Amino acid sequence: MTEAKPEQASAQRLERAAASPLAIELIAINKHFGPVHANRDINLAVRRGTVHGIVGENGAGKSTLMSILYGFYTADSGEIRVDGNTAHITDSRHALRLGIGMVHQHFMLVENFTVLENVVLGAENSALLRPTLRKAREAMKRLAADYGLEVDPDAVIEDLSVGQQQRVEILKALYRGADILILDEPTGVLTPSEADHLFRILRTLRDEGKTIILITHKLREIMAITDEVSVMRQGAMVQTLQTAETSPAEIAELMVGRRVLLQVNKAPATPGRVLLEVENLVVTDDFGIPRVKRVSFSIRAGEIVGIAGVAGNGQSELLEAISGMRDQTLGTVKLNGQPLSLQGDDGAARAREAGLAHVPEDRLRMGLVTNFFEWENSVLGYQDKYGGGLGLDRSGARKQAAERIRKYDIRPANPDLKTANFSGGNQQKIVLAREMERNPDVLIVGQPTRGVDIGAIEFIHNQIVAMRDAGKAILLVSVELDEIRSLSDRILVLFDGQIVGQADPLTADEGQLGLLMAGVHEGEEHPPGPGTLPDHVNPIERSLTKLGPKQDSIT
Amino acid sequence: MQFFTDLILILDSTVRLAVPLILACLAGLYSERAGIVDIGLEGKLLGSAFGAAATAAVTGSAWMGLLAGVGVALAMSAIHGVASINLRGNQTISGVALNFLAAGLTTFLGQSWFKRGGFTPQLSGDQRFNPITLPFANELAGVPIVGGIYSELISGHNILAYLAFIAVPVTAFVLFSTRFGLRLRAVGENPKALDTAGMSVSRLRYEALIITAVLVGIGGTYLSIAQSAGFNNNMSAGRGYIALAALIFAKWKPWPALWTCLLFGFLDALQFRLQGFRFPLIGEVPVQAIQVLPYVLTVILLAGFIGRAVAPKASGIPYVKER
Amino acid sequence: MSARVPLPRWVDVALLPLLNLVLAFLIGGLIVLMVGQNPLEAVGIMLYGAFGYGSGFGYTLFYTTDFIFAGLAVSLAYHAGLFNIGAEGQAYVAGLGVILIALALNGNPWFVTLPAMIVAGGLFGAFWAYIPGVLQAKRGSHIVITTILFNFIATSMMGYIITRVLKPAGVNSDESAPIDALSRVPQLRVFWSLFRNSPVNLTLFLALIALVFSYWLIWHTKFGYAVRALGHNPTAARYAGISNARMITVVMAIAGALAGMIAVNNVGGVQGRLILNFVNGAGFVGIAVAFMGRAHPFGVALSALLFGALYQGGQELAFSMPGITREMIVTIQALVILFTGAMGDMLRLPLERLFARRQSARVGG
Repeated sequence: MTEAKPEQASAQRLERAAASPLAIELIAINKHFGPVHANRDINLAVRRGTVHGIVGENGAGKSTLMSILYGFYTADSGEIRVDGNTAHITDSRHALRLGIGMVHQHFMLVENFTVLENVVLGAENSALLRPTLRKAREAMKRLAADYGLEVDPDAVIEDLSVGQQQRVEILKALYRGADILILDEPTGVLTPSEADHLFRILRTLRDEGKTIILITHKLREIMAITDEVSVMRQGAMVQTLQTAETSPAEIAELMVGRRVLLQVNKAPATPGRVLLEVENLVVTDDFGIPRVKRVSFSIRAGEIVGIAGVAGNGQSELLEAISGMRDQTLGTVKLNGQPLSLQGDDGAARAREAGLAHVPEDRLRMGLVTNFFEWENSVLGYQDKYGGGLGLDRSGARKQAAERIRKYDIRPANPDLKTANFSGGNQQKIVLAREMERNPDVLIVGQPTRGVDIGAIEFIHNQIVAMRDAGKAILLVSVELDEIRSLSDRILVLFDGQIVGQADPLTADEGQLGLLMAGVHEGEEHPPGPGTLPDHVNPIERSLTKLGPKQDSIT
Repeated sequence: MQFFTDLILILDSTVRLAVPLILACLAGLYSERAGIVDIGLEGKLLGSAFGAAATAAVTGSAWMGLLAGVGVALAMSAIHGVASINLRGNQTISGVALNFLAAGLTTFLGQSWFKRGGFTPQLSGDQRFNPITLPFANELAGVPIVGGIYSELISGHNILAYLAFIAVPVTAFVLFSTRFGLRLRAVGENPKALDTAGMSVSRLRYEALIITAVLVGIGGTYLSIAQSAGFNNNMSAGRGYIALAALIFAKWKPWPALWTCLLFGFLDALQFRLQGFRFPLIGEVPVQAIQVLPYVLTVILLAGFIGRAVAPKASGIPYVKER
Repeated sequence: MSARVPLPRWVDVALLPLLNLVLAFLIGGLIVLMVGQNPLEAVGIMLYGAFGYGSGFGYTLFYTTDFIFAGLAVSLAYHAGLFNIGAEGQAYVAGLGVILIALALNGNPWFVTLPAMIVAGGLFGAFWAYIPGVLQAKRGSHIVITTILFNFIATSMMGYIITRVLKPAGVNSDESAPIDALSRVPQLRVFWSLFRNSPVNLTLFLALIALVFSYWLIWHTKFGYAVRALGHNPTAARYAGISNARMITVVMAIAGALAGMIAVNNVGGVQGRLILNFVNGAGFVGIAVAFMGRAHPFGVALSALLFGALYQGGQELAFSMPGITREMIVTIQALVILFTGAMGDMLRLPLERLFARRQSARVGG
């Protein structure tokens, strides 16, 4: 098969396409990974020129399905039809030739290359770079004019905002002549206004005849942008609905399989004395750029303070500095009135000594040693307390680990099992049990329910509230606004390293919070945004960004 | 005038001694830029030096020797490639193992084949790469300054040495002005970007390893049949590690790599001149102190007292297709 | 996301290393064939030389002692995620400490000099490992390269010290002054005549103690917990309040001290004086021993014994069979590192498939 130029191929496809209204048809797709049946007899029909949503919980199988479509995996059985013709998609190159382009959740960009270099990578039309880049530059100008995808071609990726980087990903697909775009959880790292901009681009693309498949678990997006939505649950396709004729509640029920009725029950807070004080904190990242710019706040005993904000606005650095994982440049952190000295690469030990416990945002990278046994992880950070002198009291540690397994219902109930074999939710419970059971004065928690399934989410939320009721001061950081709103007694909004607003969760307007999170201050223009949703669907909307373990890097 | 002649001679030595370093360094550059750590450069230098000398001795032809030298390097790269790319093993261990393998096998085979305690027979004439006199070198020799530079410093090296110097701008061009170079650099920073675009990460890495092997094979060949007249036990003497350090110091860029290797060559050249030399006040410096200079300098370079360096992001991490 | 069935533990710890070893030997056997000798006969001679007679066995144990120390030096560092290629240089420099203290205490009985030699050798070896450790911890210098370079530097430095400083006037060979017989570490043949004239000495028991000590240190102490956490996940270790920089330097120092015990065995025991290059490759064998033994003291002990037998058997072989030299042993060593270290997973996939099939057959498909 000769390689036609992307524009020619696209035109050819559009011609053939007039024959069939379905851009993509999946028939009885099955996929196993060992004993796991990830996709069971999936049937899917995506009409051309529509935005089609695929929604489901974490582990429902939607990413696997799309990976099969994109050529990353091959189905065990079943048929794929593109534009009415049967296709055996063997790899991503083949998929691209058929006009299928994928925009990944985690961008596949080379950080120190320019936009232009990233766009041409793998689609260069000559062995020499200069002519390739010239042609690409012209193509990009056209694409920008046609679809509103404005990006500076000579900008280096690491200097771009997340929203702009995403645009580069879309440009990559379009440059290769994609007619069908698959977007995987695109708004996880975008501010509400960046998300709106993305939706505008998607609408334009659709109106120009492109077909968009949107994978998400956020009902907000489904309602806002899709024409049709297919719901998956536990590897099977449950139902396909017309978005205009359904409701978030209906979709939620199909996703989970039962009426969802999750509400965090908590009594009003009765805050006591100030336990944690942060004054004028300035924290720089590894490259010397300030990420936390003079942040001050305090937390009282029996109070949960939630920090709302889109990922990347300094929350991680804030948590790291307070917990001793990162040196602060300026400012003080006081616990029980005593200033903490958290500098140096053993700062975390001193934070713990002072009575601070830390549930990290990234449990696999920071909170657990996955190669350790469960009991070994249940003492991580407190290992010096088990046994006097040099020796480690292994049996004591094991006993305590077993008790915690019972109390927190950690499964499988085996302290001698390697931690890597526990599910995300249970791993999080191991971390929580460890940090909470030390009876700290202050607990700081980052993304407590990331990658955690619904049953465990309720448990974890109740545990956090229980700690608050026991008189602890809790700092909660989450990119899930709904989690912040349901758990916090007070909300602080963090944007670009600064606290830009405070809110009372009971009275706060979500639209206003969204604006603050996007850095728009009170009194400015209110851009059109998605409407608010009833409370009981909130727990389902979790930004379940998958985080892999980091490779060891000493050598 | 004497000083000038001395200077020319030292610079000439510098160039000759820098050649294997330059070749090894450029070899490492391709590997590392593609995301493969190659501690085994030392072993490849040694192995190809042996292969070249042994073949040249047996066949009587330096070119056959070159072929064999590159062949040995390719074989070793193949093992490293299979271990690192296909089996996703630890690249450092693989490199260290290959170094030991080369050290053991070269002496062992040398002894059993040639029975000279590990040395290959003395080579001469066609069995070696001999100096090439550039056009007009003899005529220009008398011209003050320029003539001396041309006839002594620039002319009179063997073809492998010229190859090494040409390889530097060629590498710069390939790396930054070709499609292959773009993809190579991408695979060392974010292999996923290439994988999802439908290109084979393994194939690209193997291609890089092949280039590495060719370059380092030439370097090893140079050591035994161009610079010297045969193979000696452990004749690489740590050059592979020094080349790696030079690469890190040069921040994985071709031209800075050239200057760094020339610096080391200069130190090496000095070493020979300084042996037996009486310094004012200090007296004669012990030979071991001078021998140790390149290694100490490498340690200082690595300690980053002359600036830190950021390696290609995916360096040393085996690529796993995962979701 | 692919579900790989994990191998049963016995396969992971025993069968896989064994198969890798067999593979290494098969290739070694091929090399023997290449030089025109009979591999089976070669193996026979090696076994006899290593275990067949008292003196031979004694030599085997003597080498094993060195390899245990080197193997532990590499293993301990490995648990912290560090590759210590510098055991050779660390042992060499430790020799300086041993000879200095031994000559200072010369004339005293061995139970006075031995503890002093252990301390001095440990300190000097620790120092030589400590510097690369600091460079890695504070400056990020790749420890593999720095330890290798320090091996080179040690060779030059010790060469100078032995030939220019320690060599007594009027002596022809490159060595230091000797230690009196009664101050040296006593050889085992004094207690067991079985060992005839072989050099195995009390240091063997020191090696056994070091094995137990290592096991206790790594798995039963808080320090060992910290070391292992660091090796698996430096970020989590920092989260746990463990100072990465301090751990790296301390671990390297201990590793260097362990390597330094090789000097006690040789300089303080067998040779009774400091000679050039007395370490003779033991530091590098330690790397193979550590990998084969999966960095576990029990595995290290077995592997050290294996290599000791290889060495002694190899000597016997070099004696009896022309064309086979020490370098063949070095080659097999390298093959062992290659197969158990870098290519350790080569046989893993076929084995996994084999076991997965057996498992699904049992379950009923």
